[in-house]
Amino acid sequence: MANNSHLEYLTIESAHELLSSKKISCTELTSYYLERIKNLDKKIAAVLELQEDSALASAKQLDSKIAKGHKISLLEGIPYTAKDMFLAKGTRTTAASKILENFVAPYTATAIEKLNQAGAILIAKVNQDEFAHGGSTENSAYQKTTNPSNSDYVPGGSSGGSAAAVAADFGVFSLGTDTGGSIRQPAAYCGVTGFKPSYGWVSRYGVVAMASSFDCVGPITRTARDSAIVLEAISGLDSMDSTTIKSDFKAAVSNNTKSLRVGIAADFTDHQSIASAKIFLQESSHSCLNIELPNGELALAAYYVLVPSEISSNLERYDGIRYGMQSLNCSDLKESYMKTRAEFLGSEVKLRIITGTYALSAGYYDAYYKKAMQVRTLVSDQFAELFADCDVILSPTTIEPAFKLGSKSEPIEMYKTDILTVSANLAGLPAISVPAGLDSATGLPIGLQITGRLGEDATVLALAQEFQASTDWHNKIKECLI
Amino acid sequence: MTKISKEEVAKVAELARIELTNNESEAVTEKLSSVLSFVDILQSVDTEGIEPTSQVTGLTDVWRVDLVVDCRVSPQELLANAPMLQDGYIKVKKVL
Repeated sequence: MANNSHLEYLTIESAHELLSSKKISCTELTSYYLERIKNLDKKIAAVLELQEDSALASAKQLDSKIAKGHKISLLEGIPYTAKDMFLAKGTRTTAASKILENFVAPYTATAIEKLNQAGAILIAKVNQDEFAHGGSTENSAYQKTTNPSNSDYVPGGSSGGSAAAVAADFGVFSLGTDTGGSIRQPAAYCGVTGFKPSYGWVSRYGVVAMASSFDCVGPITRTARDSAIVLEAISGLDSMDSTTIKSDFKAAVSNNTKSLRVGIAADFTDHQSIASAKIFLQESSHSCLNIELPNGELALAAYYVLVPSEISSNLERYDGIRYGMQSLNCSDLKESYMKTRAEFLGSEVKLRIITGTYALSAGYYDAYYKKAMQVRTLVSDQFAELFADCDVILSPTTIEPAFKLGSKSEPIEMYKTDILTVSANLAGLPAISVPAGLDSATGLPIGLQITGRLGEDATVLALAQEFQASTDWHNKIKECLI
Repeated sequence: MTKISKEEVAKVAELARIELTNNESEAVTEKLSSVLSFVDILQSVDTEGIEPTSQVTGLTDVWRVDLVVDCRVSPQELLANAPMLQDGYIKVKKVL
């Protein structure tokens, strides 16, 4: 490979600087990532489908505009990847499921459309757990992605392809989705930054649905600064998603931190992520207090009733009639439904649909679904009480770093990797994971989670940017890559 | 810790329109039992008088103007993904 060290691990702003000063062309930058994927992805298996022709065509078009004197904006010409949950017109969009193996998106998700309009260039669709059901990306029906720091370990999930792609420098950033930690947990495992915005800040239009009252679209990036830039581009009201909120977030002013009251999860004061945070906080203008997080086991239990319930409803649409695969040689409609779903859905997806159908069925609704919705209220109430005394909450993103491929075969074991991330989804809160250490035993990355009040995404991103201005953990991934 | 029988799983799987093989049915019974045991912790919480939360934004009655809008995708493009078509219609197996 040519010496491309000046192109490695660019942030949005550093790539923009190279492009706008004409030190590199957009074609060179795009080709760098495409080549890198071709060389390194055999081992990492993050990419499901390259968008080589369309990406190079967009790059060439931009280069000729630049040659004619066009001044580019910040995201213009920035190559990125997207989890295969996102519809982009004309691209195969599978959600890593066999049932969508031949599905070609007839329209484009709002988040992708907004990035298109900002001039960013989609270079690949990346791997994930099937329909985002999982925490390791091992549930993909197509391939197992490995952790770029150590190929014996998982990248996390469900946005594991996105986190691995950013960690391996396959594009400047990636778009993921987070229903219970699916952006933050893989970001922590792969040593990159992952941001789940407040619920409703980013349109879900054109994103394959998992659990609609939980699902959030967000960026996986090298830095919190980049997350802020992507958030500004993709957030806002959308007439195609009636749960969206007017946010008017501006990245330019998102690094203004005032003095904050920082709540630290008392149960984890010995955790390396919290130790890193404390060193940073001592030198800062913020004050600290120890707090008790809302009960994680209860939050997780409520989550694993409510989310499968919403899944069982949302995944009814995979009936093999209007789109997707259909089982052959069935004699009537019911047999066609039963065999299509048997043949083309994976085992975790089937388990979740059946769990949700059970929880919602006559006689069990009050004991499971209603009870879990009430516990969801209690979790939100506990956060409201905590946020009376502090402005943000710090905790580890995950208790442990990434685990080995194949080591968590029991669903509950896998579910528990999200124990510190699901609460933010129950309450709809913004939360970010930033790199905050390396595990002494394995050398794998460790993430720090910053959670804020509903709608205070700017505060979360500001503190994360301040943390990264005084620490170097987010740059360690370059050295960890094998 | 069997919380649920194979027969109950078979009934729910049929409601969910998923045919399970014998092996799958055993695995699902075991896994669903362990999920149900795990979520049992919810029963220990006193939720008397607590309002259930179904969404977090507090938005209500989000209306749009009742006008035909261009949804930027043609019927032909939407139909292109259907497994069986006839004369521009989606073909379905017989219902009864």
